[in-house]
Amino acid sequence: MLDIKDLYAGIDGKEILKGLTLHVGVGEVHAIMGPNGSGKSTLANVLAGRPKYEVRSGSVLFQGKDLLTLPTEERSREGVFLAMQYPVEIPGVNNIYFLKAALNAVRKHRGEEELDAMEFLQLAREKMKLVELDEAFMSRGVNEGFSGGEKKRNEIFQMAVLDPKLAILDETDSGLDIDALRIVAQGVNALRSERHSVLVITHYQRLLRYLVPDFVHVLADGRIVKSGGKELAEELEQKGYEWVEREVASSNAEEVAAAK
Amino acid sequence: MSSVLDREIPLSAIEPENIDGEPERVRRIRAQAAERFNTLGWPTTRLEEWKYTSLAALASNDWKFDRKLPNDRTGTSPFGEKAAAELMFVNGMLYANRAALANEHPGIRIVPMREAMESESFAQHFARYADYEKHAMTALNTALWQDGAYIEIAPGTVVEGFIHVCSVSAPIKEHPVMTQQRNLIVAGRGSQITVVETFFGSGPYFTNTVTEIVAGEGAVVDHYKYENESLDAFHIGTVQIHQERSSNVTSRTIAIGGGLVRNEINAALAGEGASLSMEGIFVLSGRQHVDNHTVIDHVAPHCDSIELFKGVLDENARGIFDGRIIVEPDAVKTNSRQTNKNLLLSETAVIDSKPSLEIHNDDVKCNHGSTIGQLDEEALFYLRSRGISAEEARNLLVYAFASEIVERMKVAVVRETAAGALFLRMPGRIAEKLGRAEEVIN
Repeated sequence: MLDIKDLYAGIDGKEILKGLTLHVGVGEVHAIMGPNGSGKSTLANVLAGRPKYEVRSGSVLFQGKDLLTLPTEERSREGVFLAMQYPVEIPGVNNIYFLKAALNAVRKHRGEEELDAMEFLQLAREKMKLVELDEAFMSRGVNEGFSGGEKKRNEIFQMAVLDPKLAILDETDSGLDIDALRIVAQGVNALRSERHSVLVITHYQRLLRYLVPDFVHVLADGRIVKSGGKELAEELEQKGYEWVEREVASSNAEEVAAAK
Repeated sequence: MSSVLDREIPLSAIEPENIDGEPERVRRIRAQAAERFNTLGWPTTRLEEWKYTSLAALASNDWKFDRKLPNDRTGTSPFGEKAAAELMFVNGMLYANRAALANEHPGIRIVPMREAMESESFAQHFARYADYEKHAMTALNTALWQDGAYIEIAPGTVVEGFIHVCSVSAPIKEHPVMTQQRNLIVAGRGSQITVVETFFGSGPYFTNTVTEIVAGEGAVVDHYKYENESLDAFHIGTVQIHQERSSNVTSRTIAIGGGLVRNEINAALAGEGASLSMEGIFVLSGRQHVDNHTVIDHVAPHCDSIELFKGVLDENARGIFDGRIIVEPDAVKTNSRQTNKNLLLSETAVIDSKPSLEIHNDDVKCNHGSTIGQLDEEALFYLRSRGISAEEARNLLVYAFASEIVERMKVAVVRETAAGALFLRMPGRIAEKLGRAEEVIN
């Protein structure tokens, strides 16, 4: 599904990802954990094509296609969805109108027929229930006046409607209370299937209790320094990121010693 | 332009128009106004009020009336049959009168200005508010007006739906054609009325229009000016509002078309407790130049005014918002807010924003402000990250910026037309929405 090879990328001339390699297979759920500043959000933004992020070298293949050469909207239409860490408020752009336009752009790209207003509303209602969003939200501006938790639930709602092949959750869990966390996990679990892959980027292990990953990776200083199963998340929670950093430092020292 | 015309000094010494059977008072006013225009001359950028807009290109043309209407008068209205009553003018002359049904109501009188000149109310109000002594363009209109809409609503009468005053320009002969339209709207005590003025056309022409609105005690008036002139056209227009006690006026200006446009919207809150909402949206591209000039004069105590103008400027467009709020010494407890917000879509578009307050007593609550910004990059990315194309994302955000004003428009067909025009932001498509001049007049 997703093949990242030796990716170097950054922003404003500052290199943040330093040789990141990651393979996400079809139907797999991967969690990427790491301390602040390790490059978690940079990875999410580079994958989604946020302007100003620069890729120096390396490659990203999504279903065999070179993702990095595609404009943002093309990536979305191909099936990449980024649930943002800080969803923006766009007053004046109606939620329902926006999402219908988005879904129809995606469907058109897939060669499917566009949904009319009635069909779309039916689908939206069904997915809204999943994330326990009130229908009244839909007639408001995009994220306008939403609380933090509502914004995150709206991201998951959009994800559910657009039905992406790869969902990237960029710290979707930050700042959520336990109820909201459960709802977000519920939304993502509903998407989980043999066809869908999920990349969960998070600082904490909390979300992973509800959204059990197949693989856990630790990101430090721009690359993946440790990978394992779901138990790695628990280990991290107990020992803290310093544990990994120490391990990395000592293995680096060994490498340096071995090279000598 | 031929060399013969180059040597003329066009419209520099005007003769007043004369309509057959015109009352003495109208004739006298025309003569005075002509004299004033000949004294004042065309406004120049040396005048503070015209510093951003040069009329040199307008003044150098030899504008003439086209006094011939097309033979076929079956053209349809751009708003279909949605208006409760409609007067259509082509090149300033009455082309279609669809007001008969509304006029069956004893409290409603909607007629061409030419037919209203004998009425008492006309005599009482005509040329009382739009100042032809100081303002050259108003003087020009007052001296030369051909026709227009006269709308008089009796006290206590509520007009259902909206009245449409439609002004179409299409040069029929070769010379540059001019329109001088004059409207008078008199809403009696406690009456309620909605009037929509639309302006569109094709080719080069010059429209100079003056509308006087009198809102009687407690009257509710909703006025729209929808300017979608051809991109080769000059449009100068004044809306002059006079408000009596406890009246409630909403003025909405939509400026989308025109090559060089000057919109003057002025209001005097002359009676206690009057309230005014003055809204405007201008959406420009290419080399369009639109100058919005507003004056809100708080004369009486306890009046409220809220003013909001929003501009969207793309390519090499030039926009101006020059708004002044005056609070007279007697206008205590005035509550006034003036806002101008602008969205620049290109690096070459220019906006001059000049909000100003002139307060002559200290028992008031007034504020004003203006902003100039670009499209929010974060919002653009957000929309695109959901599969929406860059172009559509831009259009959505432009619409979002303007929607605050558009969505408040109560007349559905105007709201939808404005929304469509804003979404597409392409002159051709806008004309399509409102109706092409050629189609309307065949």
